[in-house]
Amino acid sequence: MYKLSACSSMPCGISLPPKIVLGSLRVHKQGNGRCTNVPRNVNLEKLQNNYLFPEISKRELQHMEKYPNAKVISLGIGDTTEPIPEQISLSMANYAHALSTAEGYRGYGAEQGNQALRKAIAETFYKGVAIKDTEVFVSDGSQCDISRLQLLLGSKVTIAVQDPSFPAGDFQDKTGRYQNIEYMQLGPQNNFFPDLTITPRTDIIFFCSPNNPTGHAATRKQLQQLVEFARDNGSIIIFDSAYATYISDDSPKSIFEIPGAKEVAIEISSFSKFAGFTGVRLGWTVVPEELLFSGGFPVIHDFNRIVCTCFNGASNIAQAGGLACLSPEGFQAIRAVIDYYKENARILVDTFASLGLEVYGGVNAPYVWVHFPGSKSWNVFAEILEKTHIITVPGSGFGPGGAEYIRISAFGRREHIIEASWRLEKLFSKGKSPLLTV
Amino acid sequence: MSLMNNLSTSMISSSSSAFLAPTSFNASRTRSVSVPLKSLNIVKCVSTPQEQQTAYKTKVSRNANIAKLQAGYLFPEVARRRAAHLLKYPNAQVISLGIGDTTEPIPDVITSAMAKKSHALSTLEGYSGYGAEQGEKAVRAALASTFYGNLGIEEDDIFVSDGAKCDISRLQVVFGSNVTMAVQDPSYPAYVDSSVIMGQTGQFQKDVEKYANIEYMRCTPENGFFPDLSTVARTDIIFFCSPNNPTGAAATREQLTQLVQFAKDNGSIIVYDSAYALYMSDENPRSIFEIPGAKEVAIETASFSKYAGFTGVRLGWTVVPKQLLFSDGFPVAKDFNRIVCTCFNGASNISQAGGLACLSPEGLQAMQEVIGFYKENTKIIVETFNSLGFKVYGGQNAPYVWVHFPGRNSWDVFSEILEKTHIVTTPGSGFGPGGEGFIRVSAFGHRENVLEACRRFKQLYN
Repeated sequence: MYKLSACSSMPCGISLPPKIVLGSLRVHKQGNGRCTNVPRNVNLEKLQNNYLFPEISKRELQHMEKYPNAKVISLGIGDTTEPIPEQISLSMANYAHALSTAEGYRGYGAEQGNQALRKAIAETFYKGVAIKDTEVFVSDGSQCDISRLQLLLGSKVTIAVQDPSFPAGDFQDKTGRYQNIEYMQLGPQNNFFPDLTITPRTDIIFFCSPNNPTGHAATRKQLQQLVEFARDNGSIIIFDSAYATYISDDSPKSIFEIPGAKEVAIEISSFSKFAGFTGVRLGWTVVPEELLFSGGFPVIHDFNRIVCTCFNGASNIAQAGGLACLSPEGFQAIRAVIDYYKENARILVDTFASLGLEVYGGVNAPYVWVHFPGSKSWNVFAEILEKTHIITVPGSGFGPGGAEYIRISAFGRREHIIEASWRLEKLFSKGKSPLLTV
Repeated sequence: MSLMNNLSTSMISSSSSAFLAPTSFNASRTRSVSVPLKSLNIVKCVSTPQEQQTAYKTKVSRNANIAKLQAGYLFPEVARRRAAHLLKYPNAQVISLGIGDTTEPIPDVITSAMAKKSHALSTLEGYSGYGAEQGEKAVRAALASTFYGNLGIEEDDIFVSDGAKCDISRLQVVFGSNVTMAVQDPSYPAYVDSSVIMGQTGQFQKDVEKYANIEYMRCTPENGFFPDLSTVARTDIIFFCSPNNPTGAAATREQLTQLVQFAKDNGSIIVYDSAYALYMSDENPRSIFEIPGAKEVAIETASFSKYAGFTGVRLGWTVVPKQLLFSDGFPVAKDFNRIVCTCFNGASNISQAGGLACLSPEGLQAMQEVIGFYKENTKIIVETFNSLGFKVYGGQNAPYVWVHFPGRNSWDVFSEILEKTHIVTTPGSGFGPGGEGFIRVSAFGHRENVLEACRRFKQLYN
């Protein structure tokens, strides 16, 4: 009933190792003549273990052992919880049934995605910014798309990431190069937008807005600055708009709303948080035709080659679901689910605000970002877990800029959110918690 | 704008079912057919777009590895020629025996499971979000017991994926750019192309039609389509596909024992592609792990595509035994797991529900029936070419027929067949220089199309 995070894997590039592997892999030492002569990939060798979610999971398990009757509420993992609207799952079921018929059977689909779906994505999300269906590449999700973009760009490019952000850990994992990554600090002091005047040039700028974990949606003005910065430096922005449909104000939902962006940006997005497709697997990447490498070669051409060589298309059933999501009725039903999570976020924001805590986000994204000045986020995490049996995410897992923050995710059943809010109120109301400095 | 028009020529996918009616996802399509002209976006057939002189350019260099690739991936090229042919002959009844795409409906027991899962996602009890990147436990367990029951491969050695093509690239990411690789020649193009993209190779050498730094292991009728390992240089990785795409050859137990020994002697890792194992008619090994010692030298990749018609549904798996170690003793499986967790987010839960149904007794039987159907197609094609006096290979253990056209350029033969019979095949040279002089005819298709195609072949070559 209450969700345990131990068994599911993480979104956003941070993952639990499989429970099974932890126990059963025994390293065979060299010397018994059983090793191959194949050297390990030096980049993977450099990787530290990603301690964040395995550690959270470990602590959760320990906590449950200590308090076997506790009703643990997970507001840690950003995993959707609400069922997919019926008309969408019905369309997937119908598509599956049709695969058993002569007329309805489909084999290989285009690696770039079903044409109707590409068109629907272009028309739904890029109306008015003239992105063509041929510039939309349907995928099995952002984590995979990011990997394919890295194959596209190669290992010699320099990268800038927001700090905090989920790729802060993710890019370390993928490239194994901690040195070549520029961390762009974000915080309340700079309105959660990096000071680009002190940001060195990198080839690639990874930018997520609305942001995970801070919840901040960059303003039009901020994105104009970003596009100009990229233009001046000849950089490519990889813009992650996975939470665009959570935006409440008039913050841009796509980088392509900014003039000139088509020549400097790629946009990635996903049906995961939009439609609850975290397990179904569907996303997309937009590569404008105008985006050119330094020699004038179109990026889209090479991306297409990667997609054709390293991928074989998203599942056709998932794509059928995607198309249903973008029908007027489907979209409306999905909106209701998004609004449900947004109401969860509002409740959480209100809870923390009423306690006098500095709270950010929760308005344009399903994440609430709470500041505990002077604290260490793992300590806050532990205090919250111990006293309220709630799992959160310590901000330091998203980069050094998250050190004094806790991320609370708004995915969850309403009753759990309300229960969690009540417990947090009890913990943090004046005098009860050493964490509050007020 | 000519640049954009030229771009569209390279946008053709490898799939022949790429063109669906815009308003209906489930639009029925006509059989053996012509594609609506307005959805074709072809202007000129050029292989690379020209540079823009006046447009804004970023300062990001193109990945030099991708620049090494000579042309598009093979199957989109075949599709492009097919599409161009349809422009020329809009009323032609084109039959596709080119891209190895399954055509027969998926058995009910399997699709019902996927429909059930879809419905369940709309319920509180049945909804599931992120799954384990390595795949659902039940699926891994079923794969282990179905295919590796007595071979000592365990559930946690198995990683469920969205297909072999993607797994091959993920394996390349694990290996990195500093390894050398060997491939059979001819072979499935994804091995070479992914190697180039990863930076493991040098430039393409036009005179020999090979990429520098790849060891091409020639497979011909003369050597029974098994390379003479005594002439093969040591490489870190050896890609080996059996039953083979495109030649249809299946390695014997003795040959695979040699291969495993070769890998052991050289400290190499075999990546064994067993996507067609269930098409085996002879008594050859279906898994590399049937060979003693293989767990210390091999990875096996496999797919539901050609067994269950899952080419569009997307489901496969890779086995990385615990015993497989890098030179420093580090388990390869740990690095593969790391890549799976950072570069992938699991196969679709609906596809996995289908996979589980495939592995039920009813599902396995249903798959065998579909496989049997394609094998019968293969038999018909083999008989046709035999009767025409061709030297025909394959077709016994794989759904591919490898027909020899001695002394002829395979793209020319491809074009001639397409022009004269409106049949799409695949030119052997697309699989490597060792494929020159051969045509691959795939046996996937509706029975009447296969029969009609054979009639046309007889007409052309009699």
